Amino acid sequence: MGLSEPLAVDIANMGFRYPGNDVVSFSQFDLQIPKGERFGLFGPNGAGKTTLMSLMTGLLTVAEGSIKILGHDAQSKTVRKSFGFVPQDFSFYQELSPVENLHFFGAWAGLSKKKIIHRTDELLEILGLTEVRDKQVNKFSGGMKRRVNLAIGVIHEPELLFLDEPTVGVDVQTRHAIINYLMELNKAGTTLVYTSHQLSEAEGLCEQVALMEAGKICAQGDLDDLFKEHNSTSLEELFLDLTGKDYRD
Amino acid sequence: MQKLWATIIKDIKILLRDGVGLLLMFVMPIILVIVVTNIQNSTFQAVNKTRLPLLVCNKDTGKSSKQLIEAIDKLGLLKVSQLPKNATTTEIGDAMKDKDAQLAILVPANFSANTQAKAKNASNKALKSFGLQGDSVKNVAIKAESLTLYFNPVIQESLRFSVQGALQSALQLVESRQTLRTLYFAINEKELPSSLESEMLSSQTTLNSVPVLKDGSRAVPNASQHNVPAWTIFAMFFVIMSLSGSVVREKVNGSFIRLKTLPTNYMVGLLSKQITYLFVTLLQASVIFSIGIWLFPIIGIPALNLPSDLTALFFVTLVTGWCAVTYSIAVGVFAQTQEQANGFGAVSIVILSAVGGLMVPSFAMQGSIKTTSNFSPLHWSLEAYYDLFLRGGNLSDVVSNIIPLLIITLILQLVIFLGLKRKNLI
Repeated sequence: MGLSEPLAVDIANMGFRYPGNDVVSFSQFDLQIPKGERFGLFGPNGAGKTTLMSLMTGLLTVAEGSIKILGHDAQSKTVRKSFGFVPQDFSFYQELSPVENLHFFGAWAGLSKKKIIHRTDELLEILGLTEVRDKQVNKFSGGMKRRVNLAIGVIHEPELLFLDEPTVGVDVQTRHAIINYLMELNKAGTTLVYTSHQLSEAEGLCEQVALMEAGKICAQGDLDDLFKEHNSTSLEELFLDLTGKDYRD
Repeated sequence: MQKLWATIIKDIKILLRDGVGLLLMFVMPIILVIVVTNIQNSTFQAVNKTRLPLLVCNKDTGKSSKQLIEAIDKLGLLKVSQLPKNATTTEIGDAMKDKDAQLAILVPANFSANTQAKAKNASNKALKSFGLQGDSVKNVAIKAESLTLYFNPVIQESLRFSVQGALQSALQLVESRQTLRTLYFAINEKELPSSLESEMLSSQTTLNSVPVLKDGSRAVPNASQHNVPAWTIFAMFFVIMSLSGSVVREKVNGSFIRLKTLPTNYMVGLLSKQITYLFVTLLQASVIFSIGIWLFPIIGIPALNLPSDLTALFFVTLVTGWCAVTYSIAVGVFAQTQEQANGFGAVSIVILSAVGGLMVPSFAMQGSIKTTSNFSPLHWSLEAYYDLFLRGGNLSDVVSNIIPLLIITLILQLVIFLGLKRKNLI
């Protein structure tokens, strides 16, 4: 990484709380994610992972401090062309087919008609959706919907991709296909910021991780270094060691 | 432009796949307009062309009651059937049910005697006023026993009042005839010639009903001219059942989250919905007007006649459609769930229709309700349509109705914008 090259994510002294809620979600929160990484955000339910995702993608606005995405303020419209977001919920039109969804979201991402057609065909092929390209998504299985959700998030070939539990509720085959595709994307230069409760899956995907607890990072770094530091053999063991075994919701 | 076009395509595809929404927007209003117009047309014909059955229980044996029954029959409004003279009130009620009659009258036993006595009284007074000596019979105040009109409570009040007025005029005729005969006999000591009697009683000035139209024509409006425009407005506003739900669905199903992370303002999405559904409202109006013009005559309902100023008709329809679409989006922006949007949407449109004069004419409203009707966009649309369809108006005549409609629409647009801002959706 060159000195002048901006970070993929640069959060400095950030504070946030939901309106009408006395509990502070984040206070003086810092996080830097260099470009090109596969970065995992983990933590128990209520740790603030999804809120942090919403703040980084500009869905929520910080009260204090700043969030820079690829060198731009997270709220700026220009940065939206450069990152993609795969939310946990199915974020597309179930009444439409994969092709129709990709054409619509491609247009909203600012792609040309030609580029949209090319990327649609490419993504449907890669994610195994070519045969069902013209069928309405509401008739699809959960795994197929997850792949459509992912395809829409990457149609505009973003530099940075936020993934909020992209494999929740899918079978082993679909998970395998999705993880493989994410690895391919990363090899091609896309930075991945990923949350999941599938710790074994995350172990294979992420190079760098941050473990969160109540809006704070309790451990961050290279996965192997963290294992050594905390004398753990797996991410699950490390997770339980740092966040405890009590229920959180 | 490419974004807007892609969004319009998306909205049209979703709309075409929403079978229930299409049913609510097209099939239901078409059924509604056909059924309501047919019913109103039948009612109009029932009142004007079919005689209402009237049961008469005549306890009187004199001439006057017979003359009264003949006079009622000659009115042409009522079909008289006689009941036995000794029928009780209960039996009259039972007969009304059995014979499907909504009305019955009871003529008291002393009706003829009373009528004659009243005539004698009036004649004596008249003679005295002429300076002539009347009959030696002492003038006394006569307490005439009333005729009783029984009616089925389901009969409309306005219809009952019409019948009551007609019966009153028949009664007046009988009493006047008796007074005239008595007076004539007192003066001339001979019977009033029937030719003179009929000339004196029948030479009433007739009343012509003439509609006043702005274009100077005298075309008599029919049930279609009244109903088709009114229910077309209702249908256009009923897009709320599809559109508000579509806005809520987009907000809650996650696609909105994705849209917010993309470099396109959600206002493009709203503009697309406005264009798509505005087209839907224009299509609704075209379909319903076409049915009025071509289908109605085939099924025995008077044909709808389009106004002469078609530009004005298009303009009114366009602004009405835009207002309907804007109102639907506003409801969708503030509703939390689809159930809320549909429930509030449907009920609010029915209320706005009632207040706006679609169900009861605005001119019949009084006080605060009449003032409230000014806040219903449907009221201004209806007035504009009536100017064109019933009063023969043109574009300049509807401007005074279009301006309030546009103001309401622009206020609703502002409400949408502020609502989206407040919810951090734009």
